[in-house]
Formats: sequence, structure tokens, C-alpha cells
Amino acid sequence: MNLPLLLVPLVVLLPLIGAAAALLAGRRPHLQIAITSTVLSVVLVIGVVLLLVVDATGPLVMEVGGWQAPFGIVLVVDRLAALMVSVSAAVLLAVLVFAVGQGLADNDADTPLSIYHPSYLVLSAGVMNAFVAGDLFNLYVGFEILLVASYVLLTLGGTEARIRAGTTYIVVSLLSSLLFLAAIAMIYGATGTVNMAQISDRIADLPAELQTLLHVLLLLAFGIKAAVFPLSFWLPDSYPTAPAPVTAVFAGLLTKVGIYAIIRTETILFPTPELNEPLLIVALLTMVVGILGAIAQADIKRMLSFTLVSHIGYMVLGVGLGTAAGVAAAIFYTVHHIIVQTTLFLSTGLVERVGGTTSVSRLGGLLSASPLVGVLFLVPALNLGGIPPFSGFVGKLGLLEGAAAVGTPLALVLLGVAVAVSLLTLYPLARTWNLAFWRPAKEVPEYRSALTAELQDNPYEIATVQTRSLSKLMVGATVGMVAVSLGLTVLAGPLYSLAQRAGADLQGTERYIAAVLGGAP
Amino acid sequence: MTASLVLVGVMAVLYACGVYLLLEKSMTRVILGVLLLGNATNLLLLIMSGPSGAAPIVDGEEALPYSDPVPQALILTAIVITFAVSAFLLALVYRSWRLAKEDEVQLDDEDVAIGTRETQPAEAPDRGEPDSSLGDALDDEAEASAADPALADERDR
Repeated sequence: MNLPLLLVPLVVLLPLIGAAAALLAGRRPHLQIAITSTVLSVVLVIGVVLLLVVDATGPLVMEVGGWQAPFGIVLVVDRLAALMVSVSAAVLLAVLVFAVGQGLADNDADTPLSIYHPSYLVLSAGVMNAFVAGDLFNLYVGFEILLVASYVLLTLGGTEARIRAGTTYIVVSLLSSLLFLAAIAMIYGATGTVNMAQISDRIADLPAELQTLLHVLLLLAFGIKAAVFPLSFWLPDSYPTAPAPVTAVFAGLLTKVGIYAIIRTETILFPTPELNEPLLIVALLTMVVGILGAIAQADIKRMLSFTLVSHIGYMVLGVGLGTAAGVAAAIFYTVHHIIVQTTLFLSTGLVERVGGTTSVSRLGGLLSASPLVGVLFLVPALNLGGIPPFSGFVGKLGLLEGAAAVGTPLALVLLGVAVAVSLLTLYPLARTWNLAFWRPAKEVPEYRSALTAELQDNPYEIATVQTRSLSKLMVGATVGMVAVSLGLTVLAGPLYSLAQRAGADLQGTERYIAAVLGGAP
Repeated sequence: MTASLVLVGVMAVLYACGVYLLLEKSMTRVILGVLLLGNATNLLLLIMSGPSGAAPIVDGEEALPYSDPVPQALILTAIVITFAVSAFLLALVYRSWRLAKEDEVQLDDEDVAIGTRETQPAEAPDRGEPDSSLGDALDDEAEASAADPALADERDR
């Protein structure tokens, strides 16, 4: 057995062991911080090593417990999985540093650190498990691990606003998990297996209607998790109430795990194009409805949550095109969005610290108060809007090229809508910039403008944050994330070609099946 | 594939009751709904494993009929997960009850605002055009809370 293969289960095992250790070290915060940061750094290194190995030699398949593929559980790391593992580990590490900085600066009862670290590590284990799962049921378990940890993180401190937001989030997530489980049961009944490669092999023999039923059921379950339009209502309601670092990691990672599952469903389990058109229509609605919601919001966190929903539409668009180029662009866009969305939420956390609130109707004069925070907000905001030369532009360009190459009327409509939504994304971001950063603080009380007349404030969180100090770690983590997002721009060429190779891997199921079950490709 | 009709019937009833309870406003009933749905899904897994009656693990040389053990393993995992999540949900609802002293899901102020918006210009809202039932329900709630200041206070909190 070669060494890289042994590294595969470690991305799941290490965070779980770390979580247990962090729980035992509950009374010693510094030891907890040491454990969590060490574990996540090691996972990051492993992720990068796996990415290099997989890119050079092809997919790694780990048969857990030595049971052969269709009988035992397999962990499969292909280019897509390795890329997601590396990016997620980097984001998790950066957010951890930010959270530690915030915790050390506040030292309050709102973020009880002793629970935070174990839950955070369990969340990491769940995310990693979902990425490396080669088995539909293992994917379900991965989702459950990350969801249970996210329930705890979302309701940290148990304040009324968080309990209220948490209740919606938990009930909706539970419903999606039950749908997923029911889909697994039916897929097992129809194909006699939960191994993804074997399902992929056998699904073509089923009657077409049954295939469509199973396909729709899976997409419904993943659509709730990814917050695709008709199923996205829960997201802007629940994410903004959590502490800034928790929101950042939720927004960056959790919905992307749903997107990852959708990519797997569309490329490996059900590679037939029958549902591509409905997916494109859903993508269109997600983009438009999400961004219209964002325009109405005064609270930066809520506004960002709505843009998150809107940009999920871009990824679904890439998947729905059904071509290798579309999937490649979707993968690149996912990586870009994980990093940029997390960075924006972290910067918003800094804004909250400097300005005392996240509502643009009460913020002002931030640029003179803290130019650094201004830069840290502006760069990812421009990146999210897709201003060249940032990575958001590269990703959107890839998606648009993919849509143009497909060339059907629906794809061309989506092309136009994607451009319009990208412009509309700039509007709430630029408005935030104008009001919160450029508007002098003394104008805020009597400010009247058409810009703010119809804005809706967050009805639940109107409290002002007392702490006005920025810890070096918080700023450092945000600077690091901005640097990573800029690095993504500089390295867009190699990264995009990696995404293209990952997309090509997923074109045709033979390669995946051969890697897992053996046999000639 | 053979399936027991009784099991299918029980599953259908569990699903129906679960969905009904999930749509209630009381959080305790929502939890019960989630539990029923979880059990219905576990039954679905069991039904998918084929006819019942045989043991899942057979030891010995004779070729005895045996049940598919995989769904049973999956059900076991699913039961544990549902158990853990229900424990967390119960704690959450208890906490919410301690904080708000009520078990009901609170009305969303924005929804109330949207529901009452169209009827604002009308002088006599209850004699105006019949609105959608949702709008009416929200109207009633809003009127009730306007009439009873204590209720309104409670909602604002």
C-alpha cells in the first residue's frame, strides 16, 4: 500500500480525533487552540499533497477496512475532491485564526470557546468526509456530521435570535436529510448498492421514469443544502445571526458541499442530460431572485447572504450546461466563491467591530476610521462582482463561454441573465461602499436619499456591538484570505487548467467506475 | 422485489402524520413530526431490503435463505443520527421555551407587513374584497395583536 493512499482517511480521522482531544482540553483554551490549529494545518498539508499526487497519477481509491470495493466503504479522491479538500482546509484554517482573534478580544459569554473548537473540528471532519465519500451513504453520514456540528455552531450561546434562526435552519436541514435518506433507500431498492461507481454502472438499466424520479429526489435533497432558488428561503434568515466567523465558514463551505454533491449527481450518478434544462431554469431563477433580495437589504450580512444564494445560481448554471467546459467553469467558480464569500464575511466581521453595526443605514465614515478595513472589504467586493482582472471575472468568463458554446436558446438567455446579475451584484456592494465607507459619519443621523428609502433592516438584530477593538489575529486572517483571493487571480491560469482536467475527469463515467471497481477504463 | 403490504401501509401513515405534524406551529409537534418522518424513512429502507423473516447473518455450511444485511446496517446508522438530532432539537425547544415562554413558532413581522400591505388603503378591511386566505389569517393575527397590547408586546419581544 502506498503512502498517499494512507493519507486519504486522515483528512476525516484527524479532525475527529482532534475534536475529542479538544473536548477533553475544555478547560484549557490555549491547548484547544493549539490542537485545532495543528490539526487543520496538517489537513491542509495533506490536502495539497493529495492534490499534487492525484493530479500527477490519477484518482486514489481507499478501501476502508480492506473490504473490496462494492462490498466495503470506499473513499475516492479524484481531482475535484482533492481540490475541494485543499481549498476547504485553507478556509477553515483562516476562519479559525479569525475566530481565535475575536474570542481573545471579546472574552465574552456569547462565544463559549470550549464548545466552539470541538464543534468546529467535527464540522471540518464532516465537510472532508462528504468530499472524499465514494459511497452514497457515506456522503449522507458526512452531511449529517457537518450539519449536526453546524446546529451547535449556529446556536452558540443560545440567545433568542440565534435560537429562532437555528430552529428554521435545523428543521429545514433535517427535512433535506430525510429526503436524501429516502432517495438512498429507493436507489438501493432499485440498484442493490450504495456504492456510487456501481450505481453509475447499473442506473442505465433502470426504466427511464424511475431514473428521473430518483434523480429529482436526489437533486431536491441537495438543492435544499445548496440553497437553490425555490429551496433557498432558509439561508438569508439563518446565517446572519451567527457570530461572524461561523457565518463566514457556513457561507463559504456548507452550501458548496451541496454544490459538490450536485456536481457528483449530474456527472457520475445520472450523466444523462434529461434534467439539464430544468436545472438551467432553476439556475436562472436562483440568480435573479437572490440578487433582487440582496438589493433590498440594509444589513451587510443579510445582503451578502442573498448574493450567496444568487451566486449559487452561477454554479448550477455551469453544471446544468452538461458539458466538460461547463463543469470545469463551475468547479473554478466554486473554488473562487468559497474563498471570496468567506473573505467578505470576515471583512464584514471587521466592519462590525469598527462601526458597531452591520446595517448600512447606521454605518458611516469607515474609510477615515479604518482605511485598512476599507481595502479588505473593497478587494473581495470587486472580486465578487466580477471586475477584471479578479478571479470572479475569470470564472464568470468561463461560464459564459460554456453557455455560448452550448448555444441553445435557453443557454443564450442564461448568458444574458448572468451578465445582468453580475452587474446587479455590483449595485448593493457599491451602495454599501458609498454609505458605510465614503459617507461621513456626521451625516448619518439626518441622511435622506433614494438609495436608502426602501432598504430593509434586519428585523432581529439591532443591537450594537460594544467591542470596538480589532485584534491583530482577526485582521491578519482577513489579510491572509484577501491575499489568497488575489493569489487565485494571479494563479488563475494553472488553476483553471486544473479545473478543466477535473471537469474532463467527470466527463463520461467510465474513468470513475474503472478507478473504483477496477477493470480497463 | 417483494414487500410486505402492512409495512408499506404503516410507512405511508407515518409519512402522512409526520408531514401533518411538521406543518403545525407548535415546536413540540414539529419535533414529533420529524421523529415520525425519520421512522417512516427507516421503514422505507427496511422495505427496500426485500421480504422479511430470514436472519441477516447465517453461519454454517448449509445454504440457508438470508436477509440483506446492508439496509439493516444503514437503518441502524440512521436511527442513531435521528436520535442525536432529536435530543439536540429537544434541548433547543426547551431553551426557546425558557427564553420566550412559548412553544409556538412566532409570526414573521415582515410576512405580516406584506400580508397587511394591500389592505391598508381600504377603510373597512373585513368588508373589503376577499383576500387570499393567508393574507386573511395574517390580518386576523395582526388585528388581534393590535387589539390586545399584551400580545403585541409579546410578539415584539
